[in-house]
Amino acid sequence: MSMRGTPRKHFSLDMDDRETRSSVSVRKRREVRVKSLFFLITLIPVGLLIVISIALAIRAWPILQQYSLNDLLLGEVWKPQKGFFGFLPFIAGTFWVTIFGVLLAAPPCFFAAVYLSEYARRTTRAIAKPLLDLLAAIPSVVYGVWGMVAIVPLISTHISPFCKRYLGFLPFFTSDNPTGYSILAGAIVLAVMITPFIISITYEVLSVVPQGTREASLALGATRWHTAWHVVLPQVSGGIGAGIVLGASRALGETMAVLMVVGNVAQMPKSIFDAAYPLSALIANNYGEMMSIPLYDSALLGAALFLIGIILVFNILSVIILKGVLGKSWV
Amino acid sequence: MGMKKKWRKRHIIETLFKGIMFLSSSVVVFCLGYILWTIIIKGLPALSWEMISQVPQGGYYLGKEGGILNAIIGSLYLATGGTLLALLISLPIALYMETYMGTSRWGNLVRLALDVLWGIPSIVYGAFGFTIMLAIGMRASLLGGIIVLALLEIPIMVRAMDEVIRQMPKDLEQAALAIGSTKLEVALHVVIRQMLPGIVSAVLLAFGRGIGDAASVLFTAGYTDRIPTSLMSPTASLPLAIFFQLSTPFPEVQQRAYAAALVLTIIVLVISLGSRWLSSRLEKFVIK
Repeated sequence: MSMRGTPRKHFSLDMDDRETRSSVSVRKRREVRVKSLFFLITLIPVGLLIVISIALAIRAWPILQQYSLNDLLLGEVWKPQKGFFGFLPFIAGTFWVTIFGVLLAAPPCFFAAVYLSEYARRTTRAIAKPLLDLLAAIPSVVYGVWGMVAIVPLISTHISPFCKRYLGFLPFFTSDNPTGYSILAGAIVLAVMITPFIISITYEVLSVVPQGTREASLALGATRWHTAWHVVLPQVSGGIGAGIVLGASRALGETMAVLMVVGNVAQMPKSIFDAAYPLSALIANNYGEMMSIPLYDSALLGAALFLIGIILVFNILSVIILKGVLGKSWV
Repeated sequence: MGMKKKWRKRHIIETLFKGIMFLSSSVVVFCLGYILWTIIIKGLPALSWEMISQVPQGGYYLGKEGGILNAIIGSLYLATGGTLLALLISLPIALYMETYMGTSRWGNLVRLALDVLWGIPSIVYGAFGFTIMLAIGMRASLLGGIIVLALLEIPIMVRAMDEVIRQMPKDLEQAALAIGSTKLEVALHVVIRQMLPGIVSAVLLAFGRGIGDAASVLFTAGYTDRIPTSLMSPTASLPLAIFFQLSTPFPEVQQRAYAAALVLTIIVLVISLGSRWLSSRLEKFVIK
């Protein structure tokens, strides 16, 4: 740094030793400068979020002026060429895929995390961590390929016909879609994708509970499950809820894998075997094309803004829950 | 007698839930195995030396000869550049949050912003980046892809580092402060050295995420059959190569998509295992 050689006569510290004086002030000045530089860099995440939202809002503004929010969010017809921009089928698609994905993932993740936290030996934990990391590291496009070659055919040849025959009387289990590209396929792929995330956050939450309370319960003769269920979990149940909410917010943003298996048909889904068209898939499939259609691009970026809004709400919700339950906002 | 019955009921419940937990854990492990198995079985037959050593020749997307070297090199360029840029920004943020903010209100706001950014669909980053690039007259290029990937990786990297820092014992820092170090010196000389294994795994986690992301580079890096020669040339990437080849109607080309998926998976697995090995090597320099 260049300030090392500059004279600092104008600095009047009450110190006799020149050497000490200059070295203290150099270090202090460096501290102050680097601190302010680091502070500026810390503004980047918050700034980026604001800039993205503003940029999307500016681009979405034309469509918000021409249509009411009601028409956009509750309209069921998507025909941009004719000027119909109803987002409801896409919102419903996002909602269904996310809800089913989280519902499929939550129970096994919960039990696996309780197992890791309350039962597993050190070596089991040491093996589990890399496996979860591996699962988290697999790219979403690879999940998509897996979904296409393994899950979709399975649904089309086995699960869907089976459910149609035996569970057809239930409202969500019968469909005329024979392809297997469906909400269920998207939900299964999504469930596996958010598994490592939900397990590790649940595990973190459980590890907040002091070891002593467990030992007290075990010493009274309670079984491990009894301890986990009646002693450990009541203390952190909200935290686990928050973990699942965070998992859902991660799931909302997943684009590529879901897009590859969910069928992408703009319709109101009536069954888990129907094709759906989530918002993120809509943006990915159509952004950059058909720019000639008026307001099309504006509508897509408006959809992106809407997604960011939902994710923001989910995250704030989980922070509030965690703060209330654990007394700290982050695990 | 009553005692005994109660005892047995508790143990039946214990055994039952132990079974459920075992089953749940097995399902997770099974899924991982099933994914890897599917990718290997599908990808291996189509994988050849030609695939990974040549760029696409004429008619490649109709099933003629060539390979995906352009996408492999492009992906490595994109992810390396994006990760370096993200590291340059993430490390100061993580250090600053630890050294000066702790769990203050501002620190929590930054964490919230990072979590929201993490959740934003990568296609939104892509669309945002493309919008900005259009506004400043930049074409789809390696540089555009690198910048957008860096934006995507920053939240992942910072949150991973943040986690490591907050689990560190504070004694060493306090000792350094007590002998008169400034906070900055503590951050640069003590905290960084202590969190080195954590930095390595955070960086490689972000690299893996970056190399696997398709939607963000779709508009910003473009796609080309050539290997990029400068920061301004459009760049192919593996995830998009997989995606495009799958969308063609030719089975031969789809086979190659599976092979490309295998290549991408191998790269990511090597990175994941490598980061584990490297950070365990670095672990021995950490004072516990």
